[in-house]
Amino acid sequence: MTEKKWPETWQEVNPGCMVFRPGSASEYHTGSWRAKRPIWDNAKCIKCGVCYIYCPEGCINEDKDGFFQANLDYCKGCGICAHECWPKAIVMVNEED
Amino acid sequence: MGKRVGMEVAIASAEAAALCKFDVAAVYPITPQSHVAEHLSDIVHEGRVDASFITVESEHSALSAAIGAAGTGARVVTATSSQGLLYMSEVLPIASAMRLPIVMIIANRAVSGPINIWNDHSDIMPMRDTGWISFFADNGQEVVDMTIQAFKVGEDRRVMLPVNVNMDGFQLTHMVEPIIMPEQEEVDRFLPAYVPYAALHPDNIVSMGTLGMPEIYAEAQKSKDVALVNSIKVVKEVWKDWEKQFGRKYEPIQSYRTEDADIALLTMGSMGETAEIAVDELREQGVKVGLLKIKLWRPFPFDELKKAIKGIKVLVVTDRAISFGGPGGPVFSEIRSALYDQPKRPKVVNYIIGLGGRDVTVEGFMDMVRRAAKGKLSERYEIYGVRG
Amino acid sequence: MLEIRWHGRGGQGAVTSVELLSLAAIEEEKYAQGFPSFGPERRGAPVTAFNRVDDKQIKIRSGIYHPDVVVVLDESLVALVDVAEGLKPTGILLVNTTKTLAELKKNIKFSGKIATCDATGIAWKELGVPITNTTMLGALLKVTGVVKIDSLDNPVKERFGRIAQKNMSAAKSAFDQVRIIS
Repeated sequence: MTEKKWPETWQEVNPGCMVFRPGSASEYHTGSWRAKRPIWDNAKCIKCGVCYIYCPEGCINEDKDGFFQANLDYCKGCGICAHECWPKAIVMVNEED
Repeated sequence: MGKRVGMEVAIASAEAAALCKFDVAAVYPITPQSHVAEHLSDIVHEGRVDASFITVESEHSALSAAIGAAGTGARVVTATSSQGLLYMSEVLPIASAMRLPIVMIIANRAVSGPINIWNDHSDIMPMRDTGWISFFADNGQEVVDMTIQAFKVGEDRRVMLPVNVNMDGFQLTHMVEPIIMPEQEEVDRFLPAYVPYAALHPDNIVSMGTLGMPEIYAEAQKSKDVALVNSIKVVKEVWKDWEKQFGRKYEPIQSYRTEDADIALLTMGSMGETAEIAVDELREQGVKVGLLKIKLWRPFPFDELKKAIKGIKVLVVTDRAISFGGPGGPVFSEIRSALYDQPKRPKVVNYIIGLGGRDVTVEGFMDMVRRAAKGKLSERYEIYGVRG
Repeated sequence: MLEIRWHGRGGQGAVTSVELLSLAAIEEEKYAQGFPSFGPERRGAPVTAFNRVDDKQIKIRSGIYHPDVVVVLDESLVALVDVAEGLKPTGILLVNTTKTLAELKKNIKFSGKIATCDATGIAWKELGVPITNTTMLGALLKVTGVVKIDSLDNPVKERFGRIAQKNMSAAKSAFDQVRIIS
């Protein structure tokens, strides 16, 4: 946690505010924004991958059996996967439950 | 030392860009810049430079495409005028904030309304705060020279900023006149190959055009401002290099017959040479008058101005644009502000001249000087020659 | 310094004339300006174009109000516009016409030197089209001597390519046939 989130002074700003650390955005865990999380019912899942395609965060992965799950470090709980899933295999449940 | 040719200045500006071997031209045509766009397209089509000409559907896209191309490390040229420049305005500060050394040739033209396609500076003036370096040319030779210089200044690692070269629409763009066109070998010697600070490439990952939150935005703007302010050193250095190699001298403010002058005119752009004739004629009548011509508008040459006005009692600033409801023309208000803390400063008067293609004659400049010499104008600024 | 105003109609090549004359003068190591009347281009509408030629660098960039020479490419313009406006009393008015001085004087208020040339006739004969710009350029060079007619060779070649020769012979015919009638 010692690394600075942003340059302290103007002299430290890279020209053009360019960022040279690839994938630095992955350090920002947007999962904390979530109020609801998606739960897959693999009995209903037909492995079509629509959830994977529509996830705006790109945080849904395919497991070794071909089913899908969300990386909860980044899932914001937007519910688009559940909305798009036409076999209704995904439900959004409250974080507290 | 180059070849003396007769050439239309708009075409010559495109030829100058070709001598710089641009990689990408992204241009949308608009009067009076159209010959620049057409000729850049011809040059690429004929294979005279190894470049892409991106046809776009608007000026907003022209500069956006230019930014994308410059992001990959390409040497990029674009050109526009008037409404086109205003349509680009959203993208102008992005190009400078991203520190991409794009060169833009501007054929200065009035902005609507009423609709007017003729020359003045009301297109570039509202863009003066967008973080670009701005050159103003007096004649076709300066257009050619400044276009080449612009690439060298902008691409310098100490600068990394876009540069616009301003030439008066019609008065310059549509003028066939003698120009010394540098040879390719001379330009190659002057302008090194472009090595970008960073370029978008899968092997060398970089993010450009990032978000700047309140915690960083002010520091980002300060860093851009310092880069622009400090670029004057590089501009002067490049102009010295140019003078050494090509023998033509450039200065941020060029003085003409001001040594013992009590009064001085101040101009920007193609009316400067007409004003020189007025100075010569008034000198013959015994009036101690000189002329200052601003060639570098951004970064503003504060120190050079302070030196240039030494001994001058009345400074007659001419503007080619109005700041509606403001303190006077934009050049006037900046000059007055720049001189505010000087212990000895001239009285500064303001004429707004040549709006929307209105001609200004030698006699006109002489009249301005004679009236300014008598003291105050009846108004804070005067639109010269306005009827009513 | 010699200042010239050209009168033509949009599409008749007045702008080409001023460009060719500038290039010829610059080829002779002189200084020159060639420029159109600034603004939109409209085919058929009366247009003007301008030249300045000098041995010294030309600094002035304002309009030309008192030309030394006026060239009229299309005689029908004489009845429409005041072609002699501002023309110096010591200047020359050069008109493409077969009319007599008396006929011209009905429309032209100019008491100085007037020269005429049947440029349309020459253009029909030499070029096969009634485009008179290069023809009248030949006539202009005869009455003013502003540049040598040979200096037109390269600019005309560059501009017209395979029809350059025809344009040059049209210019030369006009050079021989132009007459000062007053």
